Amino acid sequence: MKRRDFTKTLAAGVMAASMAGFLATASWAADTIKIGAVWPKTGPLAGGATVTQGPNIEMWVKQVNARGGLKLKDGQKKIELIEYDDKTNPGEHIKAVQRLATQDKVDFIIAPFGTGFNIAAAPIYAKYGYPQIAVSAISDKIEELTARYPNLFFTLGTTTSFVEGVRDILVDIRDSGKMGNKIAMVNVADAFGIELADAARPIFEKAGFEIVYDKSYPLGTPDLSPVMKGAKSAAPDAFVAWSYPPDTFGLTEQAIIENLDVKAFYTAVATCFPAYAGKFGSKINYNLGAGGVNPDTPAMKAYFKAHKELTGKEPDYWASANTYVSLQILEQAIEGVGESDKAAVTQYIKDNTFKTIMGDIKFENQFSNRFWTVGQWQEGVFRGVKSVNVDGAATIQQKTGWN
Amino acid sequence: MDIIISGLLLGGTYALIAMGLNLQYGVARIMNLANGELLVLGGLASFWLFVFAQISPLLTIFIVAPFAFVGNWLIYRFLLRPLVSRAKTQGQLEVDSILATFGMSFIFVGIMVMIRGEYFTYSFLAAPFEILGSTVAQNRLAAFGMAVVIGLALYLWLNHSRAGMAVRAVSVSPDTAKLVGINVARVSALAFALGGAVTAVGGTLISTFITLDASVGVIFTMKALIIVIMGGVGDIRGAIIAAVILGLVETAVATLIDPGLTLASAYLIFLLVLLFRPQGLFGKRPT
Amino acid sequence: MRTNDWQSIVIAVVLFALAAIVPFIANGYQLSVAVTAVMYVGLATSWALFSGPTHYISLASGAFFGVGGYLVATGMSDYNLSFWLMAAIAPLVAAVLAILIGLATLRLSGVYFVIFTLGLAEMVRNLVSWIQNNFLGSRGLYVLTDFTEAHIYWMLLGVCAIIFIFGWWLGRSRLGFALRIIGNDEAVAKHVGINTAWSKVILFMTTGFFAALIGAIIAPRYSYIEPNQVFSPELSFLVVIMALLGGTQRLWGPLVGVIPFTLVWEFINSNFSNFSTLFLGLAFLLIVYVIPRGFVGLLQTWGEKIRT
Repeated sequence: MKRRDFTKTLAAGVMAASMAGFLATASWAADTIKIGAVWPKTGPLAGGATVTQGPNIEMWVKQVNARGGLKLKDGQKKIELIEYDDKTNPGEHIKAVQRLATQDKVDFIIAPFGTGFNIAAAPIYAKYGYPQIAVSAISDKIEELTARYPNLFFTLGTTTSFVEGVRDILVDIRDSGKMGNKIAMVNVADAFGIELADAARPIFEKAGFEIVYDKSYPLGTPDLSPVMKGAKSAAPDAFVAWSYPPDTFGLTEQAIIENLDVKAFYTAVATCFPAYAGKFGSKINYNLGAGGVNPDTPAMKAYFKAHKELTGKEPDYWASANTYVSLQILEQAIEGVGESDKAAVTQYIKDNTFKTIMGDIKFENQFSNRFWTVGQWQEGVFRGVKSVNVDGAATIQQKTGWN
Repeated sequence: MDIIISGLLLGGTYALIAMGLNLQYGVARIMNLANGELLVLGGLASFWLFVFAQISPLLTIFIVAPFAFVGNWLIYRFLLRPLVSRAKTQGQLEVDSILATFGMSFIFVGIMVMIRGEYFTYSFLAAPFEILGSTVAQNRLAAFGMAVVIGLALYLWLNHSRAGMAVRAVSVSPDTAKLVGINVARVSALAFALGGAVTAVGGTLISTFITLDASVGVIFTMKALIIVIMGGVGDIRGAIIAAVILGLVETAVATLIDPGLTLASAYLIFLLVLLFRPQGLFGKRPT
Repeated sequence: MRTNDWQSIVIAVVLFALAAIVPFIANGYQLSVAVTAVMYVGLATSWALFSGPTHYISLASGAFFGVGGYLVATGMSDYNLSFWLMAAIAPLVAAVLAILIGLATLRLSGVYFVIFTLGLAEMVRNLVSWIQNNFLGSRGLYVLTDFTEAHIYWMLLGVCAIIFIFGWWLGRSRLGFALRIIGNDEAVAKHVGINTAWSKVILFMTTGFFAALIGAIIAPRYSYIEPNQVFSPELSFLVVIMALLGGTQRLWGPLVGVIPFTLVWEFINSNFSNFSTLFLGLAFLLIVYVIPRGFVGLLQTWGEKIRT
């Protein structure tokens, strides 16, 4: 066979195999329980998902399998995990979930990463009856969405409650007499940032704040120094950025370089990442950010330790724990029902209280109204300082320069 | 003043992004869609060496450059050269090189995700520096300095050396260059490899102040394409001037009008330039 | 009409009928792959209507597709307008945009045209995000409808049928003939009295129209629209690549590019999920080196072999 013919045959072989794989249905292995997961390993959301979503799935599967598997009525079953990469593309995500549901015939699916993806996938989860604990989604349309999709659960909170958390913190600092009422606010011009900024304007103004600088910047802005210079020249008392991971890093770095003198400095997503403190060290002491945890409870300490041991990575100080909680809920609901019955497990999640590393979780109208909204870096640890119905908030500390 | 200084620094960043592609496309005629990934790879090397071996990114460039040069030379020799030989027209080569380099960009992303899926973020020279009453970041200033050095070196080499003259000859017309005894294949490989090395070094420097991740390359590819075309294919001066124009425009718009419009305005300038000069700033009309 | 034409028509009708019954026999996954495939068939075929004969490679598909998806989302989410109204308006807006682009790019050729369309698409994306941010404001752009994947599939299939009929008509019209002459040599075309400018602009407009229509139909599938995602430059590149893989000189060229592309893509994604991007890249390279003339060329070679 000539080389050229060989490569041609190879190409034809790949094609035929593709066709076969596309049409084949998966075989059943009854001694395991199949759990699917679709999350972005590449694309714009991959950097965040690789910190928050991936390691928790890995850790949870390892833990459950190490103790022999999930306890069901017909004996213990180990988890067989089937993972796909959605490449941060909603079309790819939908296809992958369909594949899990109809081709791989998985028993349960771990909810997607990010608000948009959870909403895009909700119709399919609903169609096949999979419970969907949308842990990394915040929205102000929770009521409408849960009414539409009876198996969709929210745990991370609403857009408005996030803004209100920030407002409460700023009001506290202002009313203690340590700060004026001028806020510089910037946001990334993407769905998430636009939504939060839009919600924040009336809420801040109603609380008596004056927004002295209010600008957006495009996703992927290579130089944020004009933004920071502009904010600085407006002489604000507090700086609030509804930002994404790369710009959270970028804005903080520019604030250090410009020596932005504010009493409160808030950046949104990724402020809680260990890499944030890794990059800036002590300079970001008393910076505020989205989310938070109470790292001092025994359960949380054990979680941090296990996460590091089983995945080799540090969890973040916010959605990592929430993601793990959602897996604990799924685990307890499956064991509570005792079989792979999606409708029964969904009902079980609605009816029961779950013991998790964040305390007891109970859903009302498919919404768990217990979450952290604002956290603060305090001596190398990102502690929750504002929450909705969670105990253990740390005392807010005053930002004192960038040292 | 702030605008001019920040704008120039940003222009330097853009020059680092685009100079390599200018050589690759202008001389070797390969529209390299994997350009951005190569840049990110340079950034990943820098991050890795800095975090795990405490090697300064300013030293890393001397490690990255030879590796990127050899790597790109091999890519050209074994993957792209066959496409050049089999293409009957420039249009055919363009189509093939788009397909092939798009594939390569996927491969690069795949490899980088395996090495590190999280952000490549670290602090290097992230301290203020005062020039003419304007505060700038030291890492951006360092990158700007390197951009000037690289740009100047390329310009002098292209215009005042024998090898550089051969490169320019190929860039103007590969067929005529062949007639005067220039080994077009070798010169193209050299230009492609050199371009790759410049891009990877650019990535190393840029990673000190822009947070990169494995998938972010396409943003840089697009920016580089815009700058190269705006400047005019095959003229290093064009790419540098286009980069500086974009840097100044973006900074001016961000400061005076609205940061939300920076990228939109940069693209608008690009479109306007092409409307009035369809061959780019320094491009030559085909005869 | 010659018998050859009748043959082609019969084959086309049979294929279309077979495609139309896919939702009844496919499982959910196969159907969602089919939705993606018809989406790209529509995009790549309408792209090739312009780019095939003229050899102008446009990277603006993402912009037109985005206009479609975005207008449906903002209309439904911010103004409570119906999906149907927005799906009708969106392609018209895109067509106007395409005319403007077409007129602006008349002097550009080759790579300058390619990158101009890329820059333009990026400008539109950033401009839309800015307008959304400053003037419309938003609590998220939700497109909640009762459409199932099957509905979306049939709508897209209908659009594809229209594109093919249009392309078939174009192939035998004066306009199509004019375009082929332009593609061969623009100077000759001008000499023989062809209005090259308008021929190109009209065709570019159709491309924009259909891409926006497809974007509008897809919006309910995504449910939640992020401007940056719906104006994806990646989509522009994929459309070009699939069309080129097939071959752009024949109406059915993109079709035979999209289908194997989609199957290989799915095979790699489902079997090498941790390394899918890497393997997709390798598959690209393999295709470029092994199938130099696209799938159309490959099929023709096979056809000749069978006959001899």
